[in-house]
Amino acid sequence: MTAILSFQNLAIARGDHVLLRGLSGSVSGGEILHIRGGNGVGKTSLLEVLSGLRSPEQGAVTRRLETDACHWIGHRNALNPALTPFENLRFWCALHDLPADNVRGALREFELQRVADQACRQLSAGQKRRCALARLAVAQRPLWFLDEPLSALDEGGVRHWLGLLQAHQQRGGAAIVTSHQPLPGSLTGLRSWELS
Amino acid sequence: MTQAFMAVLARELRLALRRRSEWAQPLVFYAVVATLFALGAAPNAPWLKVAAPSILWVGALLAALLSLDRVFRGDHEDGTLEQLFLSPQPVSLLVAGKLFAQWLVIGLPLTLLAPVLGLGLGMEPNVILVLMLSLLLGMPALILTAGFASALVVGLPRTGVLLPVLVLPLVSPAVVFGAGAVRAAQSGLPAEAPLYFLGAILVLCLCGVPLAAAAALKNALD
Repeated sequence: MTAILSFQNLAIARGDHVLLRGLSGSVSGGEILHIRGGNGVGKTSLLEVLSGLRSPEQGAVTRRLETDACHWIGHRNALNPALTPFENLRFWCALHDLPADNVRGALREFELQRVADQACRQLSAGQKRRCALARLAVAQRPLWFLDEPLSALDEGGVRHWLGLLQAHQQRGGAAIVTSHQPLPGSLTGLRSWELS
Repeated sequence: MTQAFMAVLARELRLALRRRSEWAQPLVFYAVVATLFALGAAPNAPWLKVAAPSILWVGALLAALLSLDRVFRGDHEDGTLEQLFLSPQPVSLLVAGKLFAQWLVIGLPLTLLAPVLGLGLGMEPNVILVLMLSLLLGMPALILTAGFASALVVGLPRTGVLLPVLVLPLVSPAVVFGAGAVRAAQSGLPAEAPLYFLGAILVLCLCGVPLAAAAALKNALD
């Protein structure tokens, strides 16, 4: 299996402070990389560097895909509080040149059909998280970057997300996930990586 | 690409409809400032007419600045900015869409209110025409400049006085030529030259600001 993303000798800094150095590795299709580590160790910064949002202090990231072929769900949900989930996702589709036909279906899949037309500020934290994750169902993309996807999700939400992740993996997709919660060992293709 | 520009524009206009205070506040502020100047002057004071061009220009500028520090702040805080940078669209185009919407929501209403206030300050019809022309050219330049400054400070926790300190020196040429055009019309001189200068400033802002603001926003993510 060829790696769709690889990185050599990365050093990652936040401001003047170097958080991590000497990181090398790769991710291939059908692989779920679970990045773990304590608070402030630099998981989010690493994910941002891998996705191309932030430039590394040192080293290089090679992505064998176009940037457009990735999903990025940050720890912030990218939902405007004055717009509804439907409007937020439709705007996201327009940004990525995607048709908006799948938005309703994706919201229904995450059990958000009841609140799809309410302003996001009225939604609970878990509902907002579901709405952010619904992007994964709107369009299929070979590489996912997920930063703390499980925060605020209830059991049903976690189960549904795990199903989506497993289906993605079986299609040959890759995912890089940071999370404090352990991912179930039954997930195939899972690889854990502890940062320190 | 045009689809993304239109999507940004539609989103901003929808947001403005939801948050009415955003466009109502500058208008009320502008009307109150101009009226207070008139109330503060002695009845029929001749200097009021002389000062009217700069009152109307500076009033419009300050009113436009009121809400412009929030242009990119919300998108930065809720994570939309990350999605903009990861989209296949050039960010400068999306920035241009946002600022164009700001002009529609804030700049254009202020430009349309100015003649009414000008009438109140005793301006002649031909002077009011030049006032409107100057604001039509100058207001987009002001909004672009202030948009660039707000992109620069978007990553800072509190901007407070920083934004006006950044913006006011940058917009002084627009104020000089804008109020200058109105003054020229008032004293019966041709107003074309300062208007051409305003046009040149606007073109400069149109070409430079979207690129510069996109770079500033990228910097805020790093």
